[in-house]
Amino acid sequence: MKCQQCEKQAVFHITELETGAVRELHLCEDHARVYLNQAEGAPGAAEGAEEDAESSGAAGQLGVGQTADELAALDQKACDMCGITFFEFRNQGRLGCPHDYVQFAKELEPLISNIHGATEHTGRKPSRSQQTAAAAAAAGTAELTGVIGIRREMKEAILCEDYEKAKESRDAIRAIEDRWIPPARPE
Amino acid sequence: MQPMKIETLTQSIGEWLRGTGPESDIVMSSRVRLARNLPQYPFVSRASEQDRADIERFLRERIAMSPAGPGLESIDVGGLEEIDRQFLVERQLISREHADAQGARSVAIDKLEQVSLMINEEDHLRIQCIHSGLDLRGVWEQIKVVDEQIEQFVPYAFHPRFGYLTACPTNVGTGIRVSVMLHLPALVITRQIDKVFRSLHKISLAVRGLYGEGSQAMGDFYQISNQTTLGKSEEELVEQVGDVVPVLIDYERRAREFLVRETEQNVHDQVSRAYGILRTAQTISAEETMQLLSRVRMGVLLGLIGDVKIADINSLLVRTQPAHLQKIRGIELDTKDRNIERARYLRQHFEVGGHNVN
Repeated sequence: MKCQQCEKQAVFHITELETGAVRELHLCEDHARVYLNQAEGAPGAAEGAEEDAESSGAAGQLGVGQTADELAALDQKACDMCGITFFEFRNQGRLGCPHDYVQFAKELEPLISNIHGATEHTGRKPSRSQQTAAAAAAAGTAELTGVIGIRREMKEAILCEDYEKAKESRDAIRAIEDRWIPPARPE
Repeated sequence: MQPMKIETLTQSIGEWLRGTGPESDIVMSSRVRLARNLPQYPFVSRASEQDRADIERFLRERIAMSPAGPGLESIDVGGLEEIDRQFLVERQLISREHADAQGARSVAIDKLEQVSLMINEEDHLRIQCIHSGLDLRGVWEQIKVVDEQIEQFVPYAFHPRFGYLTACPTNVGTGIRVSVMLHLPALVITRQIDKVFRSLHKISLAVRGLYGEGSQAMGDFYQISNQTTLGKSEEELVEQVGDVVPVLIDYERRAREFLVRETEQNVHDQVSRAYGILRTAQTISAEETMQLLSRVRMGVLLGLIGDVKIADINSLLVRTQPAHLQKIRGIELDTKDRNIERARYLRQHFEVGGHNVN
């Protein structure tokens, strides 16, 4: 079969369905390239993009519209619980703990909006205790993420041989876990 | 929840490879995964060795005591040899990232290999459910139940505005990734595939190869999935992916019809040659095998090859992968010997008329 635009052999067979009507095109390599570039605009659109690339790209978008000073100050900010700085997050594209979403809420919001085109979860909610489930889960998350910080304090206390303080930390962790982790059931 | 040995898996094949279910000539499988985290620990990338061990034990024990537990068996991924981890990746029971990670981690799977729960992947818990053919609704209904069952015993990190909290903000909200794996050889042959991909990107859907990397080389298999996870409900996101699949199926069917109508001899020749090589080669790489199996698969569906079953081709796609081949043969081989062994395995398989050969 010949190319519809010249005498060469047609190697591209294109079926256009976008307008609802079906149109078949038979083109040689050169004319097909011209046609596809016209039709699609930007050539080489990313295909098979990996999740890693997407997320580090997303973290990279933070720089837009902020001055160097603002960014430097922002980069210093650290999570009270896991200790990750915003700089580390920007580099790795991964957050340190669930509390980061509270600690860095203001900074994350434009990023989240950029990625998802939304900032409000409208899907399923934890359903353990029907009516108050979502509120309870959020409250539980707030208290349980506190355990990450207390655990760090406990490790420091042990390093300093302050066993009294370490014991207090351990008891505090137990109290929070007892309150928010559902009771175990024997297998 | 009993510990499981990898060897038991070499005897069987996952339910998702059976080649059954709606549209299974084009849709290989439908998959949904949910990302969940514990609020009382740092995310995995920032968790200490001790944290990871505690997370792994906590989640494994809690999953075991949940109603989902009795149907599951657990594999200690951290304690496996590399070849066994690779085996689980080829089987799609764990991700490449989970296989390559450090520290305590495990996976719990059910007998049909439809459900897999990865502990300490990028998130503390990744729940995955996979069915053969186009069955996104069925997959969603199943994974929803598993998620609810586990939730009775596990506190999930949840935020009133941002929803389920994840290590990467690209997964926050629902934590859901909905994907279908499609076999699109005719769109590749007619060189329409790039155009299709560009249209999908425009509507916020991602396209990946069979195992996430490389595309054409992996035998014309592509995964289509949602890119956003926040602001829409799980059902809406399932629909977003589900809505585009019939369109892609239609494109591929038209392309196949076109090939048969306009270039029948050519297509018949291509698939026959592919079949011929698979039956007679003395050494063959995994990539070439996959490419040829893809052509043969299309040939079978177009009625150009009579004596091969689709389920067999699907099964060979996985069983000729490097780790599978070595586990089935029970020996470790370097690339050169693997290629010879793979060719032998294929010859034996096709000699006895497409029945399972170990």
